[in-house]
Amino acid sequence: MVKQRFQIFGVHAILIAYCALALGPILLVVMNSFKTRNAIFGAPLAPPTATTFSLIGYMKVFNASHIGTYFMNSLIVTVVSMVLVLLFGAMAAWALTEYKFRGSTALALFLSIGIMVPIRLGSVAILTMMREADLNDTLTALILVYIAQGLPLSIFILSEFIQQIPRDLRDAARCDGVPETRIFFEVIAPLLRPAIATVAVFTIVPIWNDLWFPLILTSSDSTHTITLGVQQFLGQYITDWNSVLAALSMAILPVVAIYVVFSRQLISGLTAGAVK
Amino acid sequence: MAEPISQVVASMPRARFVALMALFLGPAVAVYTLFSIYPLIATMGLSTYTSDSAGGFHFAGLANFVTLLTDSFWSKPFWNAAKNNLIFFCVHMAVQNPIGIALAGLLSLPGLKLKGLYRTIIFLPTMLSVVIVGFAWNLILSPLWGVAEGALKAVGLGSLFAPWLGLPSTALVTLALISVWQFVGIPLMLIYAALLNIPDELVDAARVDGLGHFRIFLHIKLPLVLPTIGLISILTFVGNFNAFDLIYSVKGALAGPNFASDILGTFFYRTFFGNQLQLGNPTMGAAVATVMFFIILAGVCLYLFLVQRRLRRYAF
Repeated sequence: MVKQRFQIFGVHAILIAYCALALGPILLVVMNSFKTRNAIFGAPLAPPTATTFSLIGYMKVFNASHIGTYFMNSLIVTVVSMVLVLLFGAMAAWALTEYKFRGSTALALFLSIGIMVPIRLGSVAILTMMREADLNDTLTALILVYIAQGLPLSIFILSEFIQQIPRDLRDAARCDGVPETRIFFEVIAPLLRPAIATVAVFTIVPIWNDLWFPLILTSSDSTHTITLGVQQFLGQYITDWNSVLAALSMAILPVVAIYVVFSRQLISGLTAGAVK
Repeated sequence: MAEPISQVVASMPRARFVALMALFLGPAVAVYTLFSIYPLIATMGLSTYTSDSAGGFHFAGLANFVTLLTDSFWSKPFWNAAKNNLIFFCVHMAVQNPIGIALAGLLSLPGLKLKGLYRTIIFLPTMLSVVIVGFAWNLILSPLWGVAEGALKAVGLGSLFAPWLGLPSTALVTLALISVWQFVGIPLMLIYAALLNIPDELVDAARVDGLGHFRIFLHIKLPLVLPTIGLISILTFVGNFNAFDLIYSVKGALAGPNFASDILGTFFYRTFFGNQLQLGNPTMGAAVATVMFFIILAGVCLYLFLVQRRLRRYAF
């Protein structure tokens, strides 16, 4: 019994130590972003106090960059891509799992190539295409690329999910003579809600965090996303520690807030998706 | 077995069935083919052309690849990037995946309290943008701020501190470890999910035989999750040989100091887009992308044919 207690204590000690390693750097950056320059360098590990508290970094970021625009761009790109990935992905997953036809297996294989082969490797041709279609430096270009990038994995995840839906549900509807399109949109689609969290982890987070395609496809401030905008801002203001820490915190905090709210769903979605 | 579905669908007029499939599959297949598969093929096509100063393209066969692999102006940086990429991958395999597996083993201990909280915290860095993580560590490891130095001094190891990100000998490994710190949550989650799937009877039987937690993990659980370990290995491989964001945001396109942290992703970017030292070259960039494609393809094939075959999947 004593030995077991000791073991459990050891396990908690290891896990707490690792959590400190995972959380420490994030806390350090956020904490110091609320401090004066002297306090950042004088006592980096101390939390901000009444005398060292300062929002100067945040003010500078707001004044010197288009952070509001970047944020809106990221939001538009991510939300539109997410909705279309889910819609197109669910429709394709449904067709591939429910109706077997000649070539459906080959089509499923074709659609799964993108799970392993990164779309980035086609960047040279993507840039040429976007220039020719006059879509260069638009959010539309980013959205199209991100839908193509997100579809393979979401079709895979949603197919796994659709297979678990009891057959009786659709067959009952069919016996009542409900048309196939309505079976999908009114019976199946609402049942896919829990899978959204899983698809979100695997497709939405990479879109929000992506640096490559904004870097390649957008060139003006009005189309930069938050990741690229912050990256360029940080590059320019690297010596201004208040601004750098504030910009980092502003990029970290929304993600952390959303993550904390949805973490249970996200993680159960992740583990559920991983099992199959 | 006669299923109602096949009857309803089979009795559907053929034209209607085709229209239905086109409706369901059309949008996904169109966007995916146009913006993912076609660009990949077009990029490979472009890699067999060269461009002249007037902007015209001429078919050149495999000349770009010969240049890339043999002309020292191209081959030196290419092999340097390939070698660094391999080191980058090895650090992930040697550090990230064992830590992820060990943490998953601890988290899956029966009756452990607070496991949800631990999981949430350890997975948090994975959610953040690589750019943010890179910059945050850049500041923490900076001798200007002295946080890392102070932390080492506090435990009596102050003399070990060096500006790791700035030294040619340590920059690459330091960057790899930053990436490990961020992505350890992925092997953790995948292995954790696989461990949860192991039937209790197996573990209970071993417990009755008097095996401790550690030996149960090593001899019973670990062999059962080998397929998942294979999966995280290939995911790590693809992710690493396609990495770019971290090196670019911490060290810039030139992947300094003196290309010590250059990997294929940054080399591809420089070749394609150009930088302070050279003009962008789309055809050469396409050639680099094609080589990267074949490296990734080789890894995936190796996984599919060798690893997947050998590891017997445990049937639940």
